[in-house]
Amino acid sequence: MDKFTVHTGTAAPLRASNVDTDQIIPAEYLKRITRHGFEDGLFNSWRKDANFVLNRPAYQGVSVLVAGPDFGTGSSREHAVWALMDYGFKVVISSRFADIFRGNSGKQGLLTAVVDQSAVEQLWKIIEEEPSTPVTVDLEAQVITAAGFTTKFEVDSYVRWRLMEGLDDIGLTLKHVDEITAFEAKRPSFKPTTI
Amino acid sequence: MGRTLAQKVWDDHVVRRAEGEPDLLYIDLHLTHEVTSPQAFDGLRAAGRPVRRKDLTIATEDHNVPTTDIDKPIVDPISRAQIEALRINTKEFGIENYELGNKEQGIVHIIAPQSGLTQPGMTIVCGDSHTSTHGAFGSIGMGIGTSEVEHVLATQTLPLKPFKTMAITVNGKLPAGVTSKDLILAIIAEIGTGGGQGYILEYRGEAIRALSMEGRMTMCNMSIEAGARAGMIAPDETTFEYVKGREHAPKGADWDAAVAYWKTLPTDDDAVFDREVIIDATKLSPFVTWGTNPGQGAPISANVPSPDDFTDEVDKKATEKALEYMDLKAGMPIRDIKIDTVFIGSCTNGRIEDLRAAADILKGNKIADGMRMMVVPGSVRVRLEAMAEGLDKVFLEAGAEWREAGCSMCLGMNPDKLTPGERSASTSNRNFEGRQGPGGRTHLVSPAVAAATAIRGTLSSPADLVGSSN
Repeated sequence: MDKFTVHTGTAAPLRASNVDTDQIIPAEYLKRITRHGFEDGLFNSWRKDANFVLNRPAYQGVSVLVAGPDFGTGSSREHAVWALMDYGFKVVISSRFADIFRGNSGKQGLLTAVVDQSAVEQLWKIIEEEPSTPVTVDLEAQVITAAGFTTKFEVDSYVRWRLMEGLDDIGLTLKHVDEITAFEAKRPSFKPTTI
Repeated sequence: MGRTLAQKVWDDHVVRRAEGEPDLLYIDLHLTHEVTSPQAFDGLRAAGRPVRRKDLTIATEDHNVPTTDIDKPIVDPISRAQIEALRINTKEFGIENYELGNKEQGIVHIIAPQSGLTQPGMTIVCGDSHTSTHGAFGSIGMGIGTSEVEHVLATQTLPLKPFKTMAITVNGKLPAGVTSKDLILAIIAEIGTGGGQGYILEYRGEAIRALSMEGRMTMCNMSIEAGARAGMIAPDETTFEYVKGREHAPKGADWDAAVAYWKTLPTDDDAVFDREVIIDATKLSPFVTWGTNPGQGAPISANVPSPDDFTDEVDKKATEKALEYMDLKAGMPIRDIKIDTVFIGSCTNGRIEDLRAAADILKGNKIADGMRMMVVPGSVRVRLEAMAEGLDKVFLEAGAEWREAGCSMCLGMNPDKLTPGERSASTSNRNFEGRQGPGGRTHLVSPAVAAATAIRGTLSSPADLVGSSN
């Protein structure tokens, strides 16, 4: 995983609440067995509409998504995170994320920045009036800045540390393999096994 | 201070706890399927890591599989390749896989409880958000992403921050004709699709205690639609009765030890929940969704709401957008909504009790002219049990299709899909835009409402059939 410290890029406003992972990437794309190449599936049905924000010339090359509340609800598909990242997104900003989506993002290096809905509204206003406005997301300071507007954002402290260090979760856990083995030795005999 | 059910199960699985780090939680059972696992196995292969506990891992084929002609090769080459990948991966890593055609095959959340693998007090994960189903036994069942699937395969643990706890207390008895599906849809409408975010829910109270295990599984299954990663119900005699004697259930002295432990799990009287919601069961009636998220629901006797009924700007806009997608007029009676396809099945309502409820209503009736009705058992065992009871004949005689086991029309990943503009009454769990096929429109309903709707052709409750000429 690449280290994440500060990211600056242009941003797209997604004026919708409850953007579920079926909207982010439909099930049809989940049949693939690779981890990359999902950019064509991102917001697949909405992208058929020429007026959809990502189809507008002003929002080409964006890397920050500013969305309504409850982003990433529904299915646990990590393909939603892969699709956003394959498309070029580095950060999603919302007032509320679904738990599984936020967890999946943290594993992959997509930053989910939580701000108040009023800050989302401010950012929407700024990037709708001037789509070329650079938006800077500073993970160390936990601050978003855009055209003179500044807001703090929340992120889990452990996820923040892992993102900043670019660390792999499995490697971290395997450092404690002795503790796992010790735990296993104490498991009750009545617990079921599959084979 | 006492502890809640969720806290007890959590504490008993902590491998490591350190300041500033998430807890490292041991996983008792890892369920896998073809969709969210191939990239995880690739990750293991790339890092040269084995599966730590093959004996705590199981696989099945469910999301992609067709529900007809299962003896023939899968027509869609991409689906076929994904199933093939699971077969190769499970063989290479030594994991048991219930292939299509095996009598243990079925939807992942149906097969684990029916074989007795799901028991109280466990931690159970799967790369599928409806893993919350297993909370019905008093376990922590959680959906995980593919990176976490890889993590569990490699370490049999997951680093997780403890969740807050929310009690959902359902007082009183459910009126006749009101089911656990109506109850959970009403709860989601009450707390919203984000209401459970960051929480483990615990369903409690008289109405919950009275539910069968099937009914409890339906409740816990849809916890994720309220934003909660897990939902739980304290184990009791109903739970023990269900588990006892199943293939993987503890036997002999192990059974006694297990039950003694399980009896310690219910929430202590002096435990404090972070939030409590109280629901009056006696006021509930059959409940259906009209919109494009599971929180957009109403009693079947209500009218389709108008954006003006909401004060919150976000809700107003969401309602406007949902009515447009669903092609519904504000103020029209929900009972007047005409349905093209009825789907009975899924991990929410694909169990034997659900099929019995639907068959009870369909018996001696015919489905409406032009109606398509699909009945898809959740597993091969459910299918065989239903056939032994003659339920398949009831469905076929009514004019429904009787299919093989799988996820089917719950999600548009296999041949069972809605066509653009087609409208379904579905016993599944998600009414998202395009969930059952691009352009498809979904109303979430209970099996009883699904059956009554199939007969009348419009969204209907069983009570609407009384005095009906059909």
